[in-house]
Amino acid sequence: MDSRPYTNMAWLLVLPAALLLVFNALVPFIAVINYSFQHIYSPQAHLFVGWQNFEEVMHDPEVIHSLFRQVIFTAITLGIEMPLGVAVALTMPRGGRWSGIILVFLALPLMVPWNVVGFIWEVMGRGDIGLLGKFINDVLHINFNYATNGPSAWFTLIIMDVWHWTALVALLAYAGLCAIPGAFYQAARIDAASRWAVFRFIELPKLKGVLTIALLLRFIYSFKIYAAPFTVTGGGPGDSTTFLSQALSTLAINQLEVGEAGAYGTLYFLIILLISYLFYVVLTRSGVSNEESA
Amino acid sequence: MHWISWMYWLLPTALFFGGIALLLVCMGIWEAVSPTNFRQGYIIPMKTTRGDRLFISLLSMAYITWLWVGVIPLTKLILIPIAVVWIATLVLIG
Repeated sequence: MDSRPYTNMAWLLVLPAALLLVFNALVPFIAVINYSFQHIYSPQAHLFVGWQNFEEVMHDPEVIHSLFRQVIFTAITLGIEMPLGVAVALTMPRGGRWSGIILVFLALPLMVPWNVVGFIWEVMGRGDIGLLGKFINDVLHINFNYATNGPSAWFTLIIMDVWHWTALVALLAYAGLCAIPGAFYQAARIDAASRWAVFRFIELPKLKGVLTIALLLRFIYSFKIYAAPFTVTGGGPGDSTTFLSQALSTLAINQLEVGEAGAYGTLYFLIILLISYLFYVVLTRSGVSNEESA
Repeated sequence: MHWISWMYWLLPTALFFGGIALLLVCMGIWEAVSPTNFRQGYIIPMKTTRGDRLFISLLSMAYITWLWVGVIPLTKLILIPIAVVWIATLVLIG
């Protein structure tokens, strides 16, 4: 029996984090909702308009198209990065002096700031001097120009995102793989399990937790992607690579439609909140079922 | 009140956030008086606590509002009784 006295002192320790959250998330979020019900012409002149901003945003083709593009972009990049990251993690040595060096090299793209990643791939994708662009144009003889051709722009952005973020999935999967006790592999060897069977019945189930976290993190990062595509294509050609956050900033900053942008931001937040909550449920419920079966 | 004037408060949004804050305080008192049990209800297909059900009801209500505003060109005031009934139902028996 635990004889230590029960106090509520622990709540005080959470207070700084809670205050930080209130000032950098809750207060701005409330302000955005307040804005979303008004037409704001200047700090002195603002008018309550009810749900009008929401109705406009919901029927705005630019918003609907950018949501559509965002979903496709996120699905493609996650569809490549998740299996590729696991594959990279499976080929990495677990221990020994090489593992440290490989980890450092793998982590390098993660340390590059978003807009620098954009700049790197802006140069890489150029048809006249870029390695990728010149290779596709001159060796594969495919007309490639991300500034004028939609598919080229998409290809460049997807390659860029895969380059930037596969390492995150690989590092998380690698950590998950390292945590699997050797006894499981021993048992598999005794049963003469194939490499595929080891992956399918030992490694993949043990990786479920870390892969869910990887998927959640990658989904959130991908769904709010801004700086990198903005640097490479600026949302073009036309608006073929304008994703949600760029459409939002165009509305709020370029067109100064603060009220409409507030409505847009609220809906954008609701999408991310719903999907994050679903991930959270999957994560915590898988923990509950593990405890029950253990 | 100059220090919050940049937030452009409105009466409807002030009532909305005030209502949510009041709801949280009431849930806190209710929790202190009679702690929740982690159970499966009639609507949500998994075990939930009272707080889980409040969160799910608020989030789903936001989506119902979205659907209503986007699709049905009728008054939005009817959403208020719908919200009260929906949130109460989910928290109590969900």
